[in-house]
Amino acid sequence: MVLNLEENSVESEDVAHLEKHNIIVTTLEKIWNWSRARSFWPLTYGCNCCPIEMIAAGGARFDIARYGYEVFRASPRQADLLIVAGPITLKMAPVIKRVYEQMPAPKWVVAMGNCATSGGPFRDGYSIYPGADSLFKVDVFVPGCPPRPEALFHGLLELKKKVEKGGSGQQ
Amino acid sequence: MNQTELDQLISPFRDKIGDFEIAADKFISYIIIKPDQLPALMQLLRKDCGFNHLSDLTAVDYGEEFEIIYRLYAIPGKVNVTVKTRVPRSQSELASICSIYPTADWQEREAYDLMGIIFDGHPNLVRVLLPDDFTGHPLRKDYQKGR
Amino acid sequence: MTTLFDTDQYIINIGPQHPSTHGGLHVEALLDGEEVQEAIVHLGYVHRSLEKIAESRTYTQFIPYASRMDYLATHLPTLGYVQAVEKLMGIEVPERAEYIRIIVGELSRIASHMLFVGSLAIDLGATTGLVYCLRDRELIMNLFEMSSGQRLLASYARVGGFAEDLPEEFFPALQAFLDKLPTMVEEYHGLLTGNEILQARCRGIGVLTADMAVAYGVTGPNLRASGVAYDLRKDDPYGIYERFDFKIPLGERGDCWDRLMVRVEEIEESGRIIRQALKDLPGGEIRSKVPRILKPEKGLEVYYRIESAKGELGYFLVSDGGEKPYRIHIRAPSFINLMALGPISRGGKLQDIIANIATLDPVLGESDR
Repeated sequence: MVLNLEENSVESEDVAHLEKHNIIVTTLEKIWNWSRARSFWPLTYGCNCCPIEMIAAGGARFDIARYGYEVFRASPRQADLLIVAGPITLKMAPVIKRVYEQMPAPKWVVAMGNCATSGGPFRDGYSIYPGADSLFKVDVFVPGCPPRPEALFHGLLELKKKVEKGGSGQQ
Repeated sequence: MNQTELDQLISPFRDKIGDFEIAADKFISYIIIKPDQLPALMQLLRKDCGFNHLSDLTAVDYGEEFEIIYRLYAIPGKVNVTVKTRVPRSQSELASICSIYPTADWQEREAYDLMGIIFDGHPNLVRVLLPDDFTGHPLRKDYQKGR
Repeated sequence: MTTLFDTDQYIINIGPQHPSTHGGLHVEALLDGEEVQEAIVHLGYVHRSLEKIAESRTYTQFIPYASRMDYLATHLPTLGYVQAVEKLMGIEVPERAEYIRIIVGELSRIASHMLFVGSLAIDLGATTGLVYCLRDRELIMNLFEMSSGQRLLASYARVGGFAEDLPEEFFPALQAFLDKLPTMVEEYHGLLTGNEILQARCRGIGVLTADMAVAYGVTGPNLRASGVAYDLRKDDPYGIYERFDFKIPLGERGDCWDRLMVRVEEIEESGRIIRQALKDLPGGEIRSKVPRILKPEKGLEVYYRIESAKGELGYFLVSDGGEKPYRIHIRAPSFINLMALGPISRGGKLQDIIANIATLDPVLGESDR
């Protein structure tokens, strides 16, 4: 079980014994990571087609709530996950940078869609940034144009694994 | 409208706006005027001919000149008039028709933003789609991409 | 000299990162207390240089870009574009393809209007409305996926027809959807239109008179809500729309309520059109013989317009004889409809700006291109 200490000084027999009595032995960091990974609060941000699939992911058919990520917050002060859905244009770049800086640590970034990953089909245009990682660090890239809601979930679950393993998030 | 109908509609106004040409391509007929005749013609088309809907205002870069195209419709209905005018690249300015067709406001701003055509008399001729500090007019054929 | 109770003008920014702005719309509201003195609209946050990119793509390669403009009505922008190229090149389309264009075009209109109803509901605080509309929209997404493989941004239309024919399972699924459509509309009426709060938030709010609408070039359901009976499917028919019997819903006052009701009624009318098209659907080819590389005649230009879900969508193509267009200009209805946002918000309250944005139904991908 992920919360229990696997490799450490405590003997595994002792751990098994404690488990039988519903006692979990772990570190605080593991508890933080476990909780954070199961409850990202995404920011309502989106430009263009990808947020429509993000909204569909929040609907009843795909249901992002079963993963615990349905609490979309409008204010960056209350969000810890920035899903960059859509292209970053020249005018939008300072806005999204500011929104990113307003989010308190720890925070994570998922680049959703081809435009956020690399500029996408508009890469050779004069007004697009070549991906969200030209502005800040991105944790997970979800390719697709647009990615299906299931693809977004796959990306979020990869982020969940990353956070559980101890990615302490961007500061 | 075909060429004859267009001629019949516009010919009575020759004394008010000056001389102009009526031409046709494979699909439509259109009026070709000089830039300084534009406000007078637009006023006439709006007030006397009932063309109340400026559907589209766009510009094309033809190298030495820019061609600005206005598409007017009398709605409800489908009667339409297309007006074309050309300005030289070295002095790409013409009069704004915002006061006659309020819908020209943002469309002229877009033509200014992307093509660099100046509309005299426009109440707020600033960029609409690109950031204010962007240099250059990207839809021009000689625009070099560089941020 | 200011006294304690004097008020100052307060500037509040709505967007571009905002849950209710339908993308990257930025409205700068100048307020006197809660009353809006001026609502200045700033666009360009989703400007992806589509018109410039078009000059370095072939005519067929531009089709996916067209659907990335108005991404809510999946097929309508692509249909408008391929029809413009067909007119430019004088290509005839087989009968079966014409009927299927009607079917997928009207399905796209229903999908767009459903999301309109859902997003209006959630913008005004009725979260349940969005969930119902998304659920119903998923049925249409299934149909699109069956036909083209893509849910949202289907590049199914081709110059001369469609990429391939509809599969067998499409038709029973479409029939099932059409049978459920009246119940869906009834549910929207039950949830939303009878609701006192929604009525208070929408009736008499954001009045766009007919004169103002025509002056600002507003088209589509917004114009019809102001009482002007202008719909390109009737006034300047394209494709085979003349063969179908449907009404054009009109509003009276041009307020937010009328803009909502016109679209809900249009969902029903689109259902009627699809039923008629399904009944008369002929067999035959799905695409006419078209040269592999499209090279329209040099110097030819065409302006082709369709009635998109948002209004009059126009494509202006200029050819220089090559395989890539010399110039593409897109007359985007959302760009021009948004011009009306400032005037209709003036004198209203701050929260009415949200209702106005939602009922003008802009799609920022189209307005910024």
